[in-house]
Amino acid sequence: MIDSRYKHIFLFPALLVLVAIIIFPLIYTVRLSFSGWDINRPGLDSVGWSNYARAFVDGGFWNSMGTLYQMVFFCVLFEYTLGFGLALLLWKQVKAGRFFRLLFIIPMCVTPVVMAVVWKTIFHETLGPLNDILSWFGISGVPWLSEATPAFISIILVDVWQWTSLMFILLLAGLMSLPKEPYEAAQIDGAGPIRTFVHVTFPLMAPITIGALVIRLIESSKLMETIYAMTSAGPGSATETTSYLLYIRSLREFQIGYTASLSIIYLVIMIIALALFAKLLSRALIGRSEART
Amino acid sequence: MRGARVNLYSGLKYGALIIWAVFVVAPFLWALSTSFKSDNGVTGGATYIPFLEYEPTLDGWAALFRDTSSGGISMQGPYLASLIVSLVSSGIALALGTLAAYGLSRFTFRAGPLSNSDITFFFISQRIMPPAILAIPYFLLLQFTGLLDTHIGLILVYVAMLLPIVVWVMVDFFNTVPTELDEAAMIDGCNPIQAFYRIILPNCGPGLVVAGLLCIIFSWSEFFFALTLSFAKVQMLPPTIVILNSNKVPWWSLSASALASVVPLVIVAFFLERYLSRGNLAGTIRE
Repeated sequence: MIDSRYKHIFLFPALLVLVAIIIFPLIYTVRLSFSGWDINRPGLDSVGWSNYARAFVDGGFWNSMGTLYQMVFFCVLFEYTLGFGLALLLWKQVKAGRFFRLLFIIPMCVTPVVMAVVWKTIFHETLGPLNDILSWFGISGVPWLSEATPAFISIILVDVWQWTSLMFILLLAGLMSLPKEPYEAAQIDGAGPIRTFVHVTFPLMAPITIGALVIRLIESSKLMETIYAMTSAGPGSATETTSYLLYIRSLREFQIGYTASLSIIYLVIMIIALALFAKLLSRALIGRSEART
Repeated sequence: MRGARVNLYSGLKYGALIIWAVFVVAPFLWALSTSFKSDNGVTGGATYIPFLEYEPTLDGWAALFRDTSSGGISMQGPYLASLIVSLVSSGIALALGTLAAYGLSRFTFRAGPLSNSDITFFFISQRIMPPAILAIPYFLLLQFTGLLDTHIGLILVYVAMLLPIVVWVMVDFFNTVPTELDEAAMIDGCNPIQAFYRIILPNCGPGLVVAGLLCIIFSWSEFFFALTLSFAKVQMLPPTIVILNSNKVPWWSLSASALASVVPLVIVAFFLERYLSRGNLAGTIRE
């Protein structure tokens, strides 16, 4: 055993920084949420629970949460499916495999908001290449960023472009760490590639699937940068996510106290939803694979 | 018959890989092509191939170095600011995070019902916090301490954002380094701190590289705090480019600036791939 008198020297600097820079501000936000701090009355007065009462009937806030959940659902679904597919293709020895792998991880490395600016020119209705290419196939004038559904789809498309790469690399690392024996057994049983995937690969990948999905859910729930650069939450509020709404209400409209209460509600809901999701997912995936073996 | 099926399969496989590769590089190629255009290459509809469809110029790239007063972007300032903030914050986060990760990997901590894995989870769970929530207290606190719109203010915030990533990667990495190594060092008369610096750290190159590269990616690309906590004295790269977008800056300078800002990250991606291929990420996400 290593002399443990030194252990605090290792842990405490980082812990202190974290408490100072995240926990203390969070407590301050809780305090702010009970104040009426806004552009006219800056200061820490006390207004009781009135901010929270107002939040519960704030249609814009709950709508943004609905938009966020829909976007996150489609983004993570596509990213997981595509990322898993690509990881399976590059799992075994493949010619030019390293070249493809390098290409496929580039999107997650480049600045999302800067790429969103580039994507905005791609989606331009008259001068952009996307509508130009679609017109070769007889589809013309798709209003990518000016109508609700196309705008929603464009945001998802850009997110999928960016973050499928993360799913890909996490799942590929998972695949490469799988044990060999179950595959040898499956081969002896004469299982084809599809049965091997369903009965061996997928169940073995369950813990990694859960990890990757949870990481991606956490990160994608903060979705706002792409929206800031591409649609400014428009048209109307069709692509307004909660993070975007919190930003506008707080640092643009300066409704500090009220937005603090929205933040707290949002954070509590997110943590509960994520914990619940992780639990359900591990029951669905790991529970089933144990039943099989 | 079987040979034909194998050919069909590998055809489909490469087809799929190539389709995705084209999708991945398309925005970069489009930006590259646009960065050499001038008015006639943009306003007449989408064009792709230089010389054939439009006459390439270097105007877009030249604008990066011109002053804003003469219609340029003057990108050197933001570039330098981003470089300083992301390198310093990555360095601090790497130092603090690696120490904490080593502590969590080698010692037993107890705080009431909480043990090591809870503390590790506490670090990592900070990623759940949406920046939009922290923006309010950060803005007020930095304003109060006079650190709003300074490098130091941003560095502080970035260190907090990067710490969870470093702890996440390094705890797992240290767990794969055998404790016999520490013990051997201690028998040779090192105290734990010396053992850490002289023996353990030099053996953790790949883990440190992966953690460091991830820090650089996240800090260089950070947008939200750069937008809300700095605006005049300190201008960071991502907000500078996004604001161009709303200022009706021509597409060619916009594309050139976007490419110039992501080139370092593409180089980082290259190194990241080399180190990830040594397979030291697998354990990280296994629960």
